[in-house]
Amino acid sequence: MAGVQLEKVRKSFGQNEVIKGIDLEIAPGEFVVLVGPSGCGKSTLLNLIAGLETLSSGNIRISDRLVNDVPPKDRDIAMVFQSYALYPTKSVHGNITFGMETRHVRRDEQDQAVSEVSQLLHIEQLLDRKPGQLSGGQRQRVAMGRALVRKPDVFLFDEPLSNLDAKLRIEMRTEIKKLHQRLGKTTIYVTHDQVEAMTLASRIAVMDNGHIRQFGPPAEIYEDPRDLFVAGFMGSPSMNLVRGTLVGDGDRLAVEVRDQEGTVSFPLPAALAAKVRGKTGQQIDLGLRPEIITHHGAHAEGAMLSNFERAIDVVEPTGPDTMLVFTLGGAEAIGRVRSDEVVEAGRPYTFEVNMDKAKLFDPESGIRL
Amino acid sequence: MSRKGIVRRRGAGQAALRLLLYAVLVLFCLVYLLPLVIMVSTSLKSLGEIRTGSLISLPTQVSLDAWLKAWGTACVGVRCKGIAPYMWNSVLMVVPAVLISTLLGAVNGYALTKWRFRGADVIFALMLFGAFIPFQIVLLPMARTLGLFGLAGTTWGLVLVHTVYGLAFTTLFFRNFFVSVSDGIVQAAKIDGAGFFPIFFKLMLPMAVPTIVVTVIWQFTNIWNDFLFGSAFTVGDSNPVTVALNNIVATSTGVKEYNVDMAAAIIAGLPTLAVYVLAGNYFVRGLAAGAVKG
Ligand SMILES: Nc1ncnc2c1ncn2[C@@H]1O[C@H](COP(=O)(O)OP(=O)(O)OP(=O)(O)O)[C@@H](O)[C@H]1O
Ligand SMILES: [Mg+2]
Repeated sequence: MAGVQLEKVRKSFGQNEVIKGIDLEIAPGEFVVLVGPSGCGKSTLLNLIAGLETLSSGNIRISDRLVNDVPPKDRDIAMVFQSYALYPTKSVHGNITFGMETRHVRRDEQDQAVSEVSQLLHIEQLLDRKPGQLSGGQRQRVAMGRALVRKPDVFLFDEPLSNLDAKLRIEMRTEIKKLHQRLGKTTIYVTHDQVEAMTLASRIAVMDNGHIRQFGPPAEIYEDPRDLFVAGFMGSPSMNLVRGTLVGDGDRLAVEVRDQEGTVSFPLPAALAAKVRGKTGQQIDLGLRPEIITHHGAHAEGAMLSNFERAIDVVEPTGPDTMLVFTLGGAEAIGRVRSDEVVEAGRPYTFEVNMDKAKLFDPESGIRL
Repeated sequence: MSRKGIVRRRGAGQAALRLLLYAVLVLFCLVYLLPLVIMVSTSLKSLGEIRTGSLISLPTQVSLDAWLKAWGTACVGVRCKGIAPYMWNSVLMVVPAVLISTLLGAVNGYALTKWRFRGADVIFALMLFGAFIPFQIVLLPMARTLGLFGLAGTTWGLVLVHTVYGLAFTTLFFRNFFVSVSDGIVQAAKIDGAGFFPIFFKLMLPMAVPTIVVTVIWQFTNIWNDFLFGSAFTVGDSNPVTVALNNIVATSTGVKEYNVDMAAAIIAGLPTLAVYVLAGNYFVRGLAAGAVKG
């Protein structure tokens, strides 16, 4: 089994530094997901691990072997590309065996390997077709098959599902997870899609502008984000941020939000209050995920609740839940209520907020308090 | 009128317009075809008929004599063996020149786009510049170079010249094709353990078949039809057919044999015609796919 270690990894293209010193320690068998906005360097980092780009400085180890100067083919990795990158003039069979042919694997071993992966991925009937004659999902499977036959130590995926439609994406996501559970290979997976990240990862690395902002298990990234960036990136719809003022004294602190519709006071639970003691009178950002701004009676017993009323601007039914868009503290905010709640746009609605799950951020640095 | 496709206005006015359109098209067609018709018909007439009849009248008696003479016995300068040996010269020149320049162009285009190195863009710009150099400028330096290589006056010298001057175009064609090929394919192949040439021959060339066809047609036509280099860098026996054709027409012994001239001209043009007929479909498709887009 192979772990992957990155040590102060940097990469520049000319003057433009894209990866700005990344340390990452990936344990054998882990499924690590890299997420981040477009252009933050996810693909570049993956290419560095694959050996498709040369490091500017730092070290990369795979299975405790320093691979800085090892070409891709000798790194014991396999990669699935966003655009699949199948060989268009070769049949599915030819695509899967190309790597083995260049490595001069014996014919009977090749056939054995092809039949194994094609059964695993249900592509036995497609072996004679060209990539052009396959659907998106089938191409995706072939691309995975091509990676699987290598029997690598580490799998690298670069947004492998982003070209598929929503339904297929969810299906393939489940298959990738099953595959990982079955093979237990170390996997590094790049995606834009934070749902994919949450469902697949054993740990998520949130990247921004060449840095890793936070690296941890999905629940930690979601519930315990280090800063505004991570909090805003994970979750859909994303976390509501309301600018308010800290008021009160001792342990009885609250965030007061003022706008045209009046003043709303969000009392802070003791644990939160303890972190901001002494900052009374200062501005502060209150982070409330949509699912904690909801209808009356939806929260766990014993939670610290707070009510407020706002006129609803837009009602967005999604099926199981209904999203309610309103304005709070001058910014647009979204609450999430069950779908049988009777709500009309333009009318006021009383929300109940679970303050135990509220987060506080320093408005200047964006660091979570 | 067809009821398929885009909905059109109908009525007498529209029909008249359509008729006018087709009339104009047919007229242009005739104008375009007339020279060819006259050439063919003249080549099939006897000399007597040419002298007495009018230029556009069809032959009363079809005779292949002029063709046979043009092929086998017409005098090119002092050598009366027809244009057959010169056709052969042209073939010996055009085949290696086309193959080498196409292959090198493909390698260049592939290296410039898929194995990007420092200065690749500068090199490409310089090569592109080569496509715009008027050939007259290079005549003297090229003659000197061929002399130094000991290739002056030989078919191989001509092959070298055409290969060098074709490279700008062939590189351009292939670069424009390979630029549109996903880099991921090359990366995947590198992870699969393939190197520069295995990726080129096993993956890239098979993908580039339409571009290869376009390039071959382009190079074949240009090299076959070239007169300037042929007349400047070869002598007598090693002349390509274009030069020989000129010499047949210019050879002034006795009467001017228009039928032989015409037949020789058609023979000299047949190979390019054949290439178009055989591969023309691809050419149009390649053009449509932007393969020749500058
Ligand atoms: N070969 C290159 N030369 C110059 N700049 C590059 C090169 N490759 C990537 N970059 C730059 O590096 C930055 C990061 O690119 P990268 O492809 O890693 O982003 P990404 O996070 O994968 O984005 P996306 O989510 O859109 O795929 C971008 O600003 C990009 O312009
Ligand atoms: Mg990317």
